[in-house]
Amino acid sequence: MTESPTQSKSLLTPFNLVAGLILAVGAYVAFLRFSSGLAGIGAVGDSAQSQPWGMLISFNLMCGVPLSAGGFVMGTAVYIFGMKQYRLVVRPAVLVGMIGYFFAVVALLMDVGRPWRLPYPMVVQYGVTSVLFLVAWHVALYLSTQFVEFSPAVFEWLNWKRWRKVAVAVAVGAVIFGVILSTLHQSALGALFLITPTKVHPLWYSPFIGLFFFVSAIAAGICMVILESALAHRYFREKVEMTTEHLDQITIGLGKAASIALAVYFAIKVIGIAHGNTWHYLASPIGHWFLLELLGFSLLPCVLFAAGVRERRPRLIRWAAGLTVLGIILNRLNVSIITFNLNLPAEQRFQFHWKEVWLSLAVVMAAVLTYRWAVNRMPVHHKHPLYKTVH
Amino acid sequence: METTKTLFDFMTYTKGVTYLLAVLFMVGFTFFWLFLVDRDKK
Amino acid sequence: MIFSRRRFLGGVAAGAGALVATPAQGASHLHFAGHPGRIGLLHDTTLCVGCRSCEVACKQVNSLPPLVRPADDKSVFDKKRRPSDKSYTVVNRYRAGAGKTPAVYRKHQCMHCNEPCCASVCFVKAFSKTPEGPVLYDPSVCVGCRYCMTACPYNALSYEYDKLWDPRVVRCTMCYPRIKQGKAPACSTVCPMGAITYGRRDELLQVARNRIDRRPNRYVNHIFGEHEFGGTSWLFLSGVPFKELDLHEGASHTPLPELSKSFLSVVPLVLTIWPGLLLGIYAFSKRKEKLSQAELEQTVARVLAEADEQTKKKLAAAAQRAGKDKERAVALAVKKALAEAEATAKEADKEDPK
Repeated sequence: MTESPTQSKSLLTPFNLVAGLILAVGAYVAFLRFSSGLAGIGAVGDSAQSQPWGMLISFNLMCGVPLSAGGFVMGTAVYIFGMKQYRLVVRPAVLVGMIGYFFAVVALLMDVGRPWRLPYPMVVQYGVTSVLFLVAWHVALYLSTQFVEFSPAVFEWLNWKRWRKVAVAVAVGAVIFGVILSTLHQSALGALFLITPTKVHPLWYSPFIGLFFFVSAIAAGICMVILESALAHRYFREKVEMTTEHLDQITIGLGKAASIALAVYFAIKVIGIAHGNTWHYLASPIGHWFLLELLGFSLLPCVLFAAGVRERRPRLIRWAAGLTVLGIILNRLNVSIITFNLNLPAEQRFQFHWKEVWLSLAVVMAAVLTYRWAVNRMPVHHKHPLYKTVH
Repeated sequence: METTKTLFDFMTYTKGVTYLLAVLFMVGFTFFWLFLVDRDKK
Repeated sequence: MIFSRRRFLGGVAAGAGALVATPAQGASHLHFAGHPGRIGLLHDTTLCVGCRSCEVACKQVNSLPPLVRPADDKSVFDKKRRPSDKSYTVVNRYRAGAGKTPAVYRKHQCMHCNEPCCASVCFVKAFSKTPEGPVLYDPSVCVGCRYCMTACPYNALSYEYDKLWDPRVVRCTMCYPRIKQGKAPACSTVCPMGAITYGRRDELLQVARNRIDRRPNRYVNHIFGEHEFGGTSWLFLSGVPFKELDLHEGASHTPLPELSKSFLSVVPLVLTIWPGLLLGIYAFSKRKEKLSQAELEQTVARVLAEADEQTKKKLAAAAQRAGKDKERAVALAVKKALAEAEATAKEADKEDPK
């Protein structure tokens, strides 16, 4: 492996400075959270009581989790369906997925009132009637599963041969277990809102909401793989073994999958409207907002993906992926914040508090930096020299 | 068996049982699968 | 092609999920009567004048900070309030009296539902519906996730966000310690207008029914809380439509936890079906791979063999041709020799005719 040219550069790049600033202030806000309670970062007044879930839950957790679905999607494609042509993007996808879930849990630890009690639903008392019970168990188990899936890369980096052998042997089982867990917790995040029909707007509320979240998570995962592979190719060039032609080929293949996933999503959302007979809401201002989300951020990228695949235009596919990612974020925020408790007075609804928003961003930045650390050191986008012929 | 006066009691009991059964079946299935595949190899 | 297989499977799952997810409440034949003899409270909003004595009593009994604005300061009603971590109950004014329309007041607090959402959604089972009626909260297991607050359809729960080590979810407890001592909840004892009546829920339903029957012009012909979302311990009478009091008029009788049930029922099914399904697909795709590998090998072998065969044939043909050529050459030679022999014989004959 040739010496990376970045090793000789100084640490004071513009990106690092911005990242450092975000993390520094974020650390201060985290200190406030753990010295003055959640009120210290803005959880005050009626809005904190009527809208208990803010940025950390609605963004870092509810958006972060579907965007980390790439691990289970690519793992399934390659190991279960045998689509060997995507082999080279499995490891990066699992890495992104693992980091995504880990930092979603970090955000959760900041948000819950007594984070030291987070293991309670696992070991103290079981609230089996709760959808959140499922989410808690599955996220915990899934994080471990993802680590098992990623561990061959770690063991190659550490050169622990026997550990690596074991890890590779259980890879398929881990992938299957991971798919089961992902199916359930991705849909469970949507199902959390089944019990709040008086609070979620009828256009977003549906008995199928779990299914909507699951299918959109698949689309999200695929899009994150498209974006991550493109970004890594550009910003970590010397660590990436894949040629541009191969990347473009993979991008087009993934674009096809994303197009199908979004087409299915669009169809089931429309069926959801028909099922609830909520057509008349579409005419209202909120209805227009719903149509913007559905048509502009689900149907449009679906069409763009299809065009990109047919015309063989990887750049178009990448733009469509970005649009889809924004759409996922918009959808999750719509359900949990924007159209939540619409009938309550403004002072009881979600309010921006800069401290919570900053903390939320700082967690994202920490995730990005962790990703960068791993890609720079571990055989994620390239083969480890000692394991070149093995996979 | 125990008093099930509310839906909550009912759900707590049934969910507890179904989850336990599902996990047991899942584990059992793993061994079943390994058993099947073993014959294949022979 | 393989994508469509996955989509097909997704479709099957969707179909299965849809089958289960659609109104499970319709399919449920189960009915739960709850604990018999449990207590309740009847709030007759036609009697409430907004004096807030109940708020004062509640704060005293729960050792909470005193009223922010004194009871006689009516400007407090200009904004709708909700229970908070410092006030477990609030009285709000509806249809603000301006001119002819009289003001209506309603006291708001935890409803102590028959099938509480908070209990259903708590992943550490911190809530319980007691046989006596009140819903209790156990702070010793609470993690502070606040799903209960998100789920409560009455927005009755509050969190002690300003506490660092022991924040709790707080709300009206229906004065459970007092009830255990045989006393009535504090709010019901101090109400000067008798707007809050305490007793057995089933008896209070009768009381409410009687009031409506005796004075049908005074009351809307409905007891809120009898059936809504499975019913609550707090029952309400009103002279105005209930939606004017920010209560869910026309709400379904189905307990809200029933709605989660539709998803939760799918979980053990996924846990048991997915392994088989995925292993099956895995085995199928592995076998396909093996077969295509075998087929490839076969084709290569066949091509090689064919090439072999063809070469052999060519050699044989060449040999045959060569053989034929040789035969012809030999035949020619023989013929020539014979011809020559004949010619020589004929000449010898000619020379020696005698």
